[in-house]
Amino acid sequence: MAEFLQLFVNGLAVGCIYGLVALGFVLIYKAGEVVNFAQGELVMLGAFVAFTFVVQFGLNYWVGLALAIVVMATFGGLLEMIVVRRIIGQPQFSTVMLTIGFGVVMRSGAAMVWGPETRSLPTPFDAATFRFGGVVLSAVYLSILATTAILGLILFGFFRFSRIGIAMQAASQNQLAAYCMGIPVKRVLSGVWALSAAVATIAGVMLAPINLIDTNLGAVGLKAFAAAVIGGFGSIPGAVLGGILIGLIDLFSGVYLPQGFKDIASYIVLLIVLVVRPQGLFGSVGRKKV
Amino acid sequence: MRFIFKTRYDQDIGLFPHRGTVFWYSLLSVALVAAPFLIAPYYVGELSFLFIWSLAGLSLMVLAGYAGLISIGHAAFLGIGAYVHVYLIHRGVPFLPAMLSAGATAAAAGVVIGVPAIRMRGLYLAIATLAFSAIVQEVFVRWEALTGGSRGVAVPKPQFFGWSLEGEVGFYYLCLSVLVVCILAILNLLRASTGRAWIAIRDSEIAAQSMGVNLAGYKTLAFAVSAFLAGLAGALFAHKVGYLTPDIFTPILSIQLLMLVMVGGVGSIHGAIFGAIFLVLLPTVIALLRDYLPAGIAQQPALEPGIYGVILVLMVLLEPLGINGLWRKIKFFFWQFPMYKSATFKRQKTYMRTERLR
Repeated sequence: MAEFLQLFVNGLAVGCIYGLVALGFVLIYKAGEVVNFAQGELVMLGAFVAFTFVVQFGLNYWVGLALAIVVMATFGGLLEMIVVRRIIGQPQFSTVMLTIGFGVVMRSGAAMVWGPETRSLPTPFDAATFRFGGVVLSAVYLSILATTAILGLILFGFFRFSRIGIAMQAASQNQLAAYCMGIPVKRVLSGVWALSAAVATIAGVMLAPINLIDTNLGAVGLKAFAAAVIGGFGSIPGAVLGGILIGLIDLFSGVYLPQGFKDIASYIVLLIVLVVRPQGLFGSVGRKKV
Repeated sequence: MRFIFKTRYDQDIGLFPHRGTVFWYSLLSVALVAAPFLIAPYYVGELSFLFIWSLAGLSLMVLAGYAGLISIGHAAFLGIGAYVHVYLIHRGVPFLPAMLSAGATAAAAGVVIGVPAIRMRGLYLAIATLAFSAIVQEVFVRWEALTGGSRGVAVPKPQFFGWSLEGEVGFYYLCLSVLVVCILAILNLLRASTGRAWIAIRDSEIAAQSMGVNLAGYKTLAFAVSAFLAGLAGALFAHKVGYLTPDIFTPILSIQLLMLVMVGGVGSIHGAIFGAIFLVLLPTVIALLRDYLPAGIAQQPALEPGIYGVILVLMVLLEPLGINGLWRKIKFFFWQFPMYKSATFKRQKTYMRTERLR
């Protein structure tokens, strides 16, 4: 039982990270119908930038994190402004190829700048552990849960109450109508990309103590895809819940299923969900009617 | 400027639009048949590689370029074809039946992944193929009885009715004939109602369905045909590399195939060939380029994928119809010679087309 609870908490924490990454591209997808296949690479880049500030420049952890978020948000916004905007309206194949191309470029760029070796990012929560009954909780995992909860609340407030958040919602519901209402849709889209890159950075920094930082960190993107699809690709709470589900499946299949299932269990679940319920658990994707 | 006056309905679906093309294709086939006697064995080997890439590109072109279904896991079909082929060859099955059953197995896998595709649109499908290829790669590592696990498995030389194709030349003709047969078969499919249905689905699913196209059937068929070709390419590829390990069939290979299709030109058979030429030449060009770059960048192993990515991005942004589109523009320029208007190929302003209408 203790082992079960332990796995449950760890799975929850890992799942929260997947959920945050998934949330990143659900945001982008909702806003511009661009599926960002480079979201995993944004996570990786965010972790590397934070590593640079915290370890290489020796800044305080929180200052470094804040700077990394600012840098990555700028990067995401610029990416939208300079590149992604130019392919709006092109067939979906183009957007998929473009973001895949960007993922490859980011990965090899990171390999060139930071080298192929794995790095670790020291956090303020490294050593501490708590003990509840038989369950040992490391502060790292608790910090992930707390960060996700706080971030979720902030995002909820942002979309519910701030002007720009409401503008983002409007633009993602109907671009033309939003445009007619005087919302600067182009700038809002850049803002969404910046927001998504910032969330990806936070996810990357939280993933760093669990997974170490190297150029393969982008693989988390694929898990997050599974999370987003299970959550219904267009629903923000769905993405987070899907992420948590994938995280739990990941950890439990690693322990209770034969070797080799850990890496693919979540994909099998993804395929099953796609076959049985393609609109996801919280589906918002409807069929076009004529 | 050439005007083609069509006087018979057959001309609409003829393989060659006019006599000039007949002439050029005859010249090309003579050159290809004569090539092994004229060039060094190394280049003959490279040409067979080119044919295998073209076949793999053709397979993805059918799926992505004509049926409009994106597959980001095409390496899985190649891998299935390669492993099944090698397994059967080791069990003493003759070459042709082994290759055909390799294709058939891949096609069956294609149907399996195509069945959910019936209910999915582009993007979900892309993700499904991505997940599928991740699963298949894990299976290659774990199923040691079939694949030899991560140690890999050796591939014998191809044998035809008792005599073995030892040298590069025999294998060259093998690859060439498989490629030509496949291209002709695909051209035939494309000019028939099947191909027109695929193109209709690609351009607008709703319109196609309204015209009575059976979406589920044609999508699954596209997957089956594409996976069959990929399986054949995988079988030839196995002989070419001589030793199969699971880390050949990584997502990188899938991305290279997508790049082949994108750079060559989406929606054209020529594009598959052009893309394959590009992909075979690119490593050589990059190797040459390394001499001219500053040492800090030139020695980086990550340089090659980086250049791949940059080319992909630039192609999507600047030349969405790829090398084939460029070639058509150049041809058009000379046709129209003094009259060429630069606005002819100007990209129309487009607006976001939503797929999410409720």
